[in-house]
Amino acid sequence: MRRKLLKMLNKNARLSIADLAVALGETEAAVANEIKVLEEEGILRGYKALIDWEKMDHSYVSAIIELKVTPKVGRGFEEIAERVAQYNEVESVYLMSGTYDLNVVVKAKTFQEVAMFVAKELSTIESVTSTATHFVLRRYKELDVPLAVKEPDERGTISLC
Amino acid sequence: MLNYEQLISRTIQEIQPSGIRKYFDIANTMQDVISLGVGEPDFLTPWRIRNTAIRTLEAGKTRYSSNSGLLELRKEISHYLERKYDLSYHAEDEILITVGGSEAIDACIRVLTNPGDEIIIPQPSYVCYEPMAKMAGGVPVILETKAENDFKVTPKELLEKITPRTKILILPYPCNPTGAIMEREDLEAIEKVLHDTNILVLSDEIYAELTFGEGRHVSPASIPGMRERTVVINGFSKAFSMTGWRLGYACGPKEILKQVTKLHQFAIMCAPTTSQHAAIEALRNCDEDVADMIAEYDMRRRVIVKGFNDIGLTCREPRGAFYAFPCIRSTGMSSEEFCEKLLYAKHVALVPGPAFGQGGEGFVRASYCYSIDHIHEALRRTKEFLDELK
Repeated sequence: MRRKLLKMLNKNARLSIADLAVALGETEAAVANEIKVLEEEGILRGYKALIDWEKMDHSYVSAIIELKVTPKVGRGFEEIAERVAQYNEVESVYLMSGTYDLNVVVKAKTFQEVAMFVAKELSTIESVTSTATHFVLRRYKELDVPLAVKEPDERGTISLC
Repeated sequence: MLNYEQLISRTIQEIQPSGIRKYFDIANTMQDVISLGVGEPDFLTPWRIRNTAIRTLEAGKTRYSSNSGLLELRKEISHYLERKYDLSYHAEDEILITVGGSEAIDACIRVLTNPGDEIIIPQPSYVCYEPMAKMAGGVPVILETKAENDFKVTPKELLEKITPRTKILILPYPCNPTGAIMEREDLEAIEKVLHDTNILVLSDEIYAELTFGEGRHVSPASIPGMRERTVVINGFSKAFSMTGWRLGYACGPKEILKQVTKLHQFAIMCAPTTSQHAAIEALRNCDEDVADMIAEYDMRRRVIVKGFNDIGLTCREPRGAFYAFPCIRSTGMSSEEFCEKLLYAKHVALVPGPAFGQGGEGFVRASYCYSIDHIHEALRRTKEFLDELK
């Protein structure tokens, strides 16, 4: 049930244990236990809301920062990646193939704040050789979910087919 | 002043419009309705299918196709039916692309029916068979399937309905609205009954992809001895969420398909070309999209069935299509009364069972082409309604 359970939670983390149990044909206790085990094993890492902040008055600014870094002997990119990940401003850190090394998503209240964070914090890290900042102007789809205006159900209320 | 009544064909005038039109009108105009009333997928057509259609439009592929449909599509259908249902049809002369499954059913009935021929229609089932039979001059013979038989056609019931005038047996499985399916042994028993007759089976398999639980959909045509007496109807609406594309097909013995194609040629010319190109993509590259949709339907199916049983409306496990068919006899109401009162009191829209034939009395149809949250809300309101009856 592991894979199926994860797939369902990935789509909708708010499904109740009761629904998950019915859908999987398992007992509620078994499902609850499996979730606990998945959490303990570090496979299930969290449950977060997907928010379209643009619709709020106080929105965030985010940017994708491309970092080129000199890997450390022995530890490769691990050390620098872990260090970058420490900042509260950093939403995600990925090691990339291609023309740069680390992809860092940074979020702050204003463009200015993001720019200052990059200038003062990221670019001053010793092994960072260059940065390129790309501001996010608009989000169209996030975690599989299109953020466009929700279309009303065009199907009507009732039909025989 | 023209006398329209005199103008309009008597056959058409005698066909009664659905008796629950009034209930439908109320439901469709009411605000904040939580509906489980629509038998149409809530998923959009997978993007790769839509994108293929766009590309063919850009490339200007907008002419008529051959009357039977694009050969490329018929070949894909042939492969698909073999791969999925162990069926073997020649793309060249045993497959016809139609405007939805509906056109295929209509055309087949008209091709086979002489005035007075009897057409056995199991009910509860989708509403088109009876009027189509009448329009073709045939005589509908209703076979009421029973809840205790899981709404299957049993050999005994079938035998009772067969007369020397019987021409067609409709097999509408997986079934709208009951969710019933016919399993291999059920179909083998039907084969035995039909064995020495000259009766043709029109097998409407539009919900074939949507079969849940153990085992896949079994087509009657795959049963030994049945291929020669079966026309298989299928289409893209339900399985690929392609309702508005209007695309279906009929497969069967070439002697019959030739005549169905002739009728189609005069009445329709060909199915929409854009839809045909889209359908090629659907069959070639969308197994995963279909599997995802089926997994989602299956989850909802389990939740809604348990939900109805929990609130005291006995609901058998539907094995196919996307409908639950709970029994409402415990309320002491008729199906229509139940639906109307529930609609007025709690703004929940269900379809009364008898809309699909008198055998549906005592049941209501609940579609699960809706999100889990939506289904829960409908169940919650229905429970409130039931509690207030006590």
